[in-house]
Amino acid sequence: MTEMNLVQAIQSALRGALREDENVLLMGEDIGALGGVFRVTQGLREEFGPDRVLDAPLSETGILGTAIGMALHGLRPVSEIQFADFIFPGFDQLVSEAAKYRYRTAGEFHVPMVVRTPYGGGIRGGQYHSQSPEALFIHTPGLKVVCPSNPYDAKGLLLDAIADDDPVLFFEPKRVYRAVKMEVPETTYRVPLGEAKVVRPGEKITCLAWGAMLYEAFAAAEEVAEQGVDVEVIDLRTLWPLDLETIVSSVKKTGRVVIVHEAPRTCGFGGELVALIVEHAFLYLEAPPVRVTGWDTPFPLTHEREYLPLAHRIVPALLETAGY
Amino acid sequence: MQVIRDDGSLDPKLDPGLSIDEVVALYKAMVRTRIVDDRLERTQRQGRIAFHVGSLGEEAAIVGAAAALRDRDWIVPCYREVGALLWRGYPLQQYVDHMYGNAGDPVRGRQMPDHTFSRAKRYLAVSAPIGTQIPHAVGLAMAIKKRELDECVGVFFGDGATSSNDFHAAMNFAGVFQPPVLFLCRNNGFAISLPVERQTATRTLAEKAAAYRIPAARVDGNDALAVVAAVREGVQRAANGGGPTFIELLTYRLGGHSTSDDPTVYRSDEEVEAWRNNDPLPRLRKHIERCKVWSDELDADWRAVCEREVKECVRHAEEKPASELSAMFTDVYAELPWHLREQQAQALRGPRAGAEEGES
Repeated sequence: MTEMNLVQAIQSALRGALREDENVLLMGEDIGALGGVFRVTQGLREEFGPDRVLDAPLSETGILGTAIGMALHGLRPVSEIQFADFIFPGFDQLVSEAAKYRYRTAGEFHVPMVVRTPYGGGIRGGQYHSQSPEALFIHTPGLKVVCPSNPYDAKGLLLDAIADDDPVLFFEPKRVYRAVKMEVPETTYRVPLGEAKVVRPGEKITCLAWGAMLYEAFAAAEEVAEQGVDVEVIDLRTLWPLDLETIVSSVKKTGRVVIVHEAPRTCGFGGELVALIVEHAFLYLEAPPVRVTGWDTPFPLTHEREYLPLAHRIVPALLETAGY
Repeated sequence: MQVIRDDGSLDPKLDPGLSIDEVVALYKAMVRTRIVDDRLERTQRQGRIAFHVGSLGEEAAIVGAAAALRDRDWIVPCYREVGALLWRGYPLQQYVDHMYGNAGDPVRGRQMPDHTFSRAKRYLAVSAPIGTQIPHAVGLAMAIKKRELDECVGVFFGDGATSSNDFHAAMNFAGVFQPPVLFLCRNNGFAISLPVERQTATRTLAEKAAAYRIPAARVDGNDALAVVAAVREGVQRAANGGGPTFIELLTYRLGGHSTSDDPTVYRSDEEVEAWRNNDPLPRLRKHIERCKVWSDELDADWRAVCEREVKECVRHAEEKPASELSAMFTDVYAELPWHLREQQAQALRGPRAGAEEGES
C-alpha cells in the first residue's frame, strides 16, 4: 500500500496495464515528454517507449479514430483527451463508430478502447476547461461511462475498463486530482464496472453523486447530520450501465432522494435518475426527488462557485426534502 | 497512369505482369459485380428491397484494387466496394440476404442494405458517415506496424470524403506515424450531386497528399491493370516499411449515388455518354480478347452464369423469414445489461407494429 492521490493512482493503473498486457498503449496530446497537462502519464514514455506512449498530433478525431482502428486489430488503446471540453471534434468517432461497431457487425468486430478525460469545474477554467458532458455519452447506446471519485476506485475502475471489451469513457474529476489522498495497493486489482457504492449509510434521504461532487454531497450530509437528518450518500462510480439496484433499494428505505451533478440540469443524468426512481420506487417516495445541479448556462468563470452544486446548495435541498 | 492501350495491348513499362488467368479472373469478377449490381437495382425498383448503392462504372477501381492487395491485407470500405468483398470469396447468398435484412443477414436486420463487413475476409464495416473509416484504417495500420506484421491496409473513400475532417486527421496521422496504409480515393466525379470541381479548389485530389508528405499517384481508375499496378506499388512500399501511399483512382459514377438519387437533374446525358465509352469492362475485355483467351461466346456464357447465380440468391433470400426481433437488443455491449434485458422483454411482450405494407 502506498498513499496516492488521484493522479498517482491513475498513473499506477496505466503502468500496471502497460506492464501486464503488451496490447495496451496510450495515445494523447502532450502525454509523452510532458506527461500530459495534468502529468498523469509522467514517466511512462521513458519506461515503455514512444511506441507505447504516443504523443498524438493535435486532433481528437485522429486520436479517437485511430484508436478505434487499433482496437479493431486487437490492441487495447487508452486515449487521453486533454479536457472533456475538447472531446467534441472526436464525438462522431465515439458516437457513430466506437459505440456502434459491435452492433453493426453482430459481434464480429468490437472496440475495446478507453477514453480518459479530465472533466468538471472548480479550477477556474471557464467554459472550455470545466464542462461535464457525461450525459451525451450515456445517451449513446454502446458506450460505458465511468466517473470515479477517489484514488482507490479510480485505479481499480480504470483497470477494469481497460480489460473491458466495450468502449469506455472514463471521466476524471480534475478538481480533486491532487486534493484527495488514500492508501492504494500497488497490485493491479480491479473494481468492477457497474457497481455503485454506499459511502455513508443513512436512513432519511438518499443522496446520489459522483466524481468531484461526491465530496460536496458528503460534506452536506455531515452538516445536516448535526441537525438530525441522516443522509445515505451513494457514489455511482459507473454511470452507465447503472447500478439501479443499489439506488432503488436505498430509496425504498429512505423514501427521499437528492441528486447532485455539475452538468446543466436540463437533460442531465439527474433527470434520467429521477425517472428511473419514479418508475421503480414510486410508492415508496415521501417527497419529490430533487436535483441540485449546474445551471442551464454555459460554464462561467468568475461565479463558478455559484454555478457548481457545492455543499452550500446541497444543504438546503437536503433539509427541504427531509421536511417535506 | 494507364496500362491498357486503345488497341487492347499493354504498355510494357507499366504492365503489372499478371498471368493471363489472373487477368481473366479479374475481368470475370468485374462482370459479376456489375450483374449483381444490376439485379439488385432492379429488385429495388420493384420495391422488393429498400435501397442499393451500386458501383456501375467503378468496377476496375474497386475489384482491381482488391486484386492487388494480398489476402492478409485489410480492406476498409466506404460503401460502394462490395465487389472487393466478393472478390475475396464472400458468399453472394450472404450478401443478398443482407440486402433483404432477412434471417440470413449477417447483421441481423440492423442496417440498411449495402452495409457489409467480414472479419474472415478482413473487411471492416461499412459506415454511412463520410470519411469516418479513414482514421480507422490508419489505426489498424499503426497496430500492424506496432506488431511488426507483414500486412497492410487499403482504405476506400470517394472524392467527397477529402473534404471531411476525418480525412485530414487520418492523412496527418499517417504522415507522422508512417504506418502501412493505402489511401484509395475513388474520384468518381460526384459526391451525390456535387461535382469534384466544386468539392475542392485543388486541381487534383492526389496533390493533397503532398501536404502530409505522403507519396501519391494518379491513376486511370477505369483501367483495371493500371489500378493493379499502382496498388501493388503501394503494397510494396508498405511491406518495405515505406509507410503510406495515396492513390487517386480517376473513374466515373455511371449510375446514381444510390437508388434514391436522380442524377439527371445535375449532369448532362452527353457527359454520361462520354464516360460510357470509357467503360472499364470493355477496356479490359479488349485486352483478353486480343490475347485470344476470351470471346463473345465465353462472355455470354459467363454473364448467364452470373445472372443465374444472383437470381437464385434473390429467390432464396425472399424465402427466408425476417430477422428476429429479439436480435435488436444484442451486441450493443458484449453482455446484455439489465436495461436492455428489460426493454427486450417489453418489446417482445408487445404491442407490435407488425409487418409494413408490402412486406412479407
